[in-house]
Amino acid sequence: MPLSDYDPASLPDLLPLYYRRLFPFSQYYRWLNYGGVQKNYFQNREFSFTLKDDIYVRYQSFSSQIELEKEMQKMNPYKIDIGAIYSHRPNQHNTVKSGSFQALEKELVFDIDMTDYDDVRSCCSAADICSKCWTLMTIAIRILDRALREDFGFKHLLWVYSGRRGVHCWVCDEAARKLTVAARSAVAEYLSLIKGGEETMKKVVLMDPIHPFIRASLAVVNKYFLRYALQDQDILGQKESVEKVLALTELQQHFLNEKKPEKRWEMVLDQASRKRKEIMLQYCYPRLDVNVSKGVNHLLKSPFSVHPKTGRISVPIDIGNLDAFDPFAVPTISLDRPMEAEDEENAEETKENDKDAADRRKIRGDEV
Amino acid sequence: MQFSERRKRVGSRPQAELYGQPLQFYGQPPLENISLTEFETFAVDRLKLLKTVENVGVSYLKGSPQYVKKLVAESKNLNFPYRLEANDDRKCQSGLSEPDKRRKDHISHFILRLAYCQTEDLRRWFIQQEVDLFRYRFNDLSPKQKLEFLHRNNLQYDTIGIEEKKALKDKLLNSSPGVSGITVEDQDFYKVPFQDALDLVRTRKVYLKAGYVYIPHQEIVTIVLNDFRTRLSKALALTARSLPAVHSDERLQPLLNHLSHAYVGQDYSIQKNVGKISLEQIDSLSGKSYPLCMRHLHQALRENHHLRHGGRMQYGLFLKGIGLSLEQALQFWRSEFIRGKVDADKFDKAYAYSIRHMFGKEGKRTDYTPYNCMKVILSNPPSQGDYHGCPFRHSDPELLKQKLQFYKVSPSGINQILELVKGMHYQLACQKYFELTHNIEDTTFSLNHPNQYFLESQKVFGGGRDLKREMDATQKAKENSVVKASNVKQELPTNGPENVAEMEDLDSIFQEP
Ligand code: SF4
Ligand SMILES: [Zn+2]
Repeated sequence: MPLSDYDPASLPDLLPLYYRRLFPFSQYYRWLNYGGVQKNYFQNREFSFTLKDDIYVRYQSFSSQIELEKEMQKMNPYKIDIGAIYSHRPNQHNTVKSGSFQALEKELVFDIDMTDYDDVRSCCSAADICSKCWTLMTIAIRILDRALREDFGFKHLLWVYSGRRGVHCWVCDEAARKLTVAARSAVAEYLSLIKGGEETMKKVVLMDPIHPFIRASLAVVNKYFLRYALQDQDILGQKESVEKVLALTELQQHFLNEKKPEKRWEMVLDQASRKRKEIMLQYCYPRLDVNVSKGVNHLLKSPFSVHPKTGRISVPIDIGNLDAFDPFAVPTISLDRPMEAEDEENAEETKENDKDAADRRKIRGDEV
Repeated sequence: MQFSERRKRVGSRPQAELYGQPLQFYGQPPLENISLTEFETFAVDRLKLLKTVENVGVSYLKGSPQYVKKLVAESKNLNFPYRLEANDDRKCQSGLSEPDKRRKDHISHFILRLAYCQTEDLRRWFIQQEVDLFRYRFNDLSPKQKLEFLHRNNLQYDTIGIEEKKALKDKLLNSSPGVSGITVEDQDFYKVPFQDALDLVRTRKVYLKAGYVYIPHQEIVTIVLNDFRTRLSKALALTARSLPAVHSDERLQPLLNHLSHAYVGQDYSIQKNVGKISLEQIDSLSGKSYPLCMRHLHQALRENHHLRHGGRMQYGLFLKGIGLSLEQALQFWRSEFIRGKVDADKFDKAYAYSIRHMFGKEGKRTDYTPYNCMKVILSNPPSQGDYHGCPFRHSDPELLKQKLQFYKVSPSGINQILELVKGMHYQLACQKYFELTHNIEDTTFSLNHPNQYFLESQKVFGGGRDLKREMDATQKAKENSVVKASNVKQELPTNGPENVAEMEDLDSIFQEP
């Protein structure tokens, strides 16, 4: 697989080629310019680059597609982040009177990272992923995509593979770009069901009646749960993981307060359906990093950035064909692929373009 | 727009006309002249009221019977309107008639606007408390009064038709707590953009479709509050712009400054004892004098050689507050992080910046203040991988119990603490923990800050009678900030005729351009 072909040490040689020949500048600019409807929308956008040796340069901004291209080809960033649209050109932020340089707008973004699921997956941990746990990302996308469209009425969603162990979502509707910090955090909290840090075992508590949003989310989880949780993760097979699940039923605790067998049985019946739902959600419901979504000025890795560790490109994910998305099959920047060989390279390029065309079209729709 | 030029003298019975309504939107600034003495009392009293609003909001569920009871008591005590349906001139024991109380409410609100428009932080605090106060009062109105209020203030919201209601019946039922199957049809539902009802969206207490929320009539307070909040925040921004005018008034300025400093209490950002603590002491201090939240963070840091952003902020600022210098802080964090996955180089690039930031050495150069309990308890709750927050608030009671057992708290002590936690009295639980671990029967302070916990604990372990006396003195000095605010009176000059001069320009400050 491409992963094994990739050698991080070759990145300095590969990046210039990538930015010269493959990076989709024109689509990229087209997206971020949003049809030029608002003045200086692209020009006041912050980009930040991570260069060789982790040198981090913030507040880059560009006056045109040409300038963006030139700079990227000159600096060959290891990683590109996109920030907010500011009141002034970010690269001149030092010359503006302090306090008046402010982040005004940005896409509403979501960041889902597999490391946040470590307590509920047994196949891998930390930065590792495999096809078994990738199901969690599929579930996350299905749930959030539905809610953002149907509940919040957003239309222009771009889902992107982060290049390593998670996915990002860029909500590009004008209304989304203009949301306040308070509104962003309200949206993120509406979408968050998993509550509590390392000191909370039971992270999902449902109340009656169950909100339509939770019902809809459960319907999604339902489709994947048996295969994912019982087979792939085997949560009811190993002693340790069984105990975890049992603890979540909280029956033991309830039984302490109730001695009568009839009453205990009533409790079992009463709790059964709710606990089933709570457990399913705790194991499968998307875990959002609320802080990323909250801030207008928060930076997020750009689509088409290269992941320096894996060499994988942060490519858009086709929602229409989500179950087929394979993080191990995304294009990788790699020496193995002879960059010199023009024909092969072109083939690669067209393939990638086809794949992403659908997603880009969605964004273009927003420009009108 | 000088007030003196367009002095609209209100008639002989101004109160009755101006203050005929139990609740107001504060659309119009007061137009009368008031004495400096009245100015002060009003302002200080409202500040006390707002402090109470803040405190009960932490201890009780907003809107719960105890919450309301406390606010009623405090309003009564301070001569603010408290039973809003009371609408007569009958004087109660305190001496102020209902219209007089409403007048006080009106004027004091506008005075605090002056004091609290100055910075982002102050504005946020003021708006939050005023919004909570308004919510309590609005909820206290009868249904008829509510409608009147909406009508009088021109607050109109779109309702949905019967067809739509029928089609959405199930969804509305399942998303609106308190709406039953029978009532759904003859109840008004308002349809507004979700941005106008964020509190309901956040808590999922409302049905949301295609960007609109469907709010049952009984929740209309949310939309009204949203309006209230928006208007108040705009008004404060405008007031801030006319601030130079206020600042040039030497009678007002010291008073306003005192008022605005009063809300936070001691903020522990001024470092008195920088460098008095060595890094070697930290482990033992964390066991002895740290409140649980910090002890917990410290332990997590030592174990994982890492803390996520929320934890770094909460703990880092605390450390700054107990006297670590920037250099010590950098060394402390670096030495721990490089034992984990971060090498020294990466640390200097990725983390050192934010630590210098905490000390006001980078970025906007604001000097960050250590978080108080309120902030730890109410904002930014911990999520996956986080160790920050307040253990009394954010830990499962079962885990908290284990932890307390591990720290050798007696079973009866644990029960007392868990009882307090159950009642949502997190700070009291923490204080109980202090008493139990310091062998003190009754603490004399009231805990509101992790750094305060630390200082108090150090005093106990410092021992010695002299130290004790000194401690009482400082204790007094930093007694509840409200007391400080009420001292303002003595600090202002008390002689001279200017003192009773009327505040003529006051309203010009509130006028929109
Ligand atoms: S009450 Fe305050 S000091 Fe005590 S643990 Fe909670 S946040 Fe920390
Ligand atoms: Zn896996």
